[in-house]
Amino acid sequence: MTTPGPAVERVYREQRARMLAALIRVFGDFELAEDVLQDACALALRRWVGGVPDDPVAWLLTVARNRAIDRLRRDRVGREKEAAVATPDFPEYSVERLLSLGDERLSLIFTCCHPALAEEARVALTLQAVVGLTAGEIARMFLTRETTLAQRLVRAKRKIRDAGISLAVPADHLLPERLSSVLAVVYLIYTHSYGAGAGPREEAVRLAKLVATLMPDEPEVLGLVALLLLHESRAGARLTADGELVLLADQDRSRWDGARIVEAVGVLDRAMRHGRVGPYQLQAMIAVQHVRSPPDWSRIAALYATLLAIEPSPVVALNHAVAVAESEGAAAGLTLVEAIEGLDRYHLWHAARADLLRRLDRPAEAAQAYRRAHDLATDPADRRFLATRLADLP
Amino acid sequence: MKYLLLIYNCDRPEPSDPRFEEALARVNAFADECRRRGAFVAGDPLTNDDAATTVAVRDGRTLITDGPFVETREHLGGYYVLDCRDLDEALELAALCPMSEVGSIEVRPLVHVPGLDHTPA
Repeated sequence: MTTPGPAVERVYREQRARMLAALIRVFGDFELAEDVLQDACALALRRWVGGVPDDPVAWLLTVARNRAIDRLRRDRVGREKEAAVATPDFPEYSVERLLSLGDERLSLIFTCCHPALAEEARVALTLQAVVGLTAGEIARMFLTRETTLAQRLVRAKRKIRDAGISLAVPADHLLPERLSSVLAVVYLIYTHSYGAGAGPREEAVRLAKLVATLMPDEPEVLGLVALLLLHESRAGARLTADGELVLLADQDRSRWDGARIVEAVGVLDRAMRHGRVGPYQLQAMIAVQHVRSPPDWSRIAALYATLLAIEPSPVVALNHAVAVAESEGAAAGLTLVEAIEGLDRYHLWHAARADLLRRLDRPAEAAQAYRRAHDLATDPADRRFLATRLADLP
Repeated sequence: MKYLLLIYNCDRPEPSDPRFEEALARVNAFADECRRRGAFVAGDPLTNDDAATTVAVRDGRTLITDGPFVETREHLGGYYVLDCRDLDEALELAALCPMSEVGSIEVRPLVHVPGLDHTPA
């Protein structure tokens, strides 16, 4: 007799998303799929005492499928009061169909990231269904109450079922738009993981790599993987031991993760070979320049100019202006910074302006801008950094 | 799966309006596309809110009120019922509808209630 706990746990950990994706694809119902997969695992804990089946995934899926059919039958019979009603056998939910499905995780990712769901619901659902986090873990990551988050998940799953949100990978003509929603969700998960520690960030990188494995011909997915790896390579050097922010130029390069940088450059090369550049590849190319010593600022400025043309946004315009300041001088940068509209409440706009004014020997105006930046910043590390800059002015 | 497309905040040119012919041609082309896909079930323009009357029966008494049920600034100007493969197709058709360029279209799935008989007479 063996203890089946570890075996069940291992199969669940390694195959959960794949099994869930297949069940959702066949039954079209997230909540039902999750419940019956849990039931199947609970049964495995009791049944696998005599040994683990040859194909544990097929065993779990078959049990889960039978549970789902039982439930659907009960619902159906409960509704139709006549005793003579024959119990339907649901040929569309056959075990053969369930087991013949391939890897449906990509369909699951597209469904979770459907633009008909609110963005926060897309992020939470992807973290739960694809990554496998619990509602409690996701709530802590987003500083939300667990009950609020659980409700958000339930509402999203019901909308998928009731509104007929597709459970398949979108048709070719819808793919570009839908893929950009998937990539945005993955990137949001990564940026939100920043305060949550290395574990959640690793999950985000793994998720990006999973999408890249499932869509090997999409260069933007590879661009996102490269971008995240480059962020990760510097994550250890971003803060001092006391939690103080360290500017990129002042970071201890020996604390950068060289292996990650090499991996990122390789992934980016593969992406670029497709000859279809997009916003994530451009951002990764910029990040590669930043890890060079010294960075080629005119190249960075040119990359930001391209990014600005594809995806105009005031924040990208600000980054472009800062790169121009480095390559052409503070005066040229300041002209561009001051021409940007819509960032009056963004602390980094004021901080960039303050820095350029300082370099142009206009300390009074610089002090005023640093004060404004400090007032608008919310992150404690940002605030301390700006306060130090202000104190250092002549 | 059937979807109700509710068309909000879109003024309709009168037949005497010089823009009428072009608007009509575009809406008809949209209906053609829906029929070509086998999606078209029904669709009609509505009068403005001034012509609406609201009915409620309480304790056996019929209450009749002038105006729409909810007074809002949003004007419901028409509807389509479309039979689509999934939400993606419904959203795609909503975006093809010429009224989406001026107003907004709410896409609501219709519910299947077992035993409900709504076959036309």
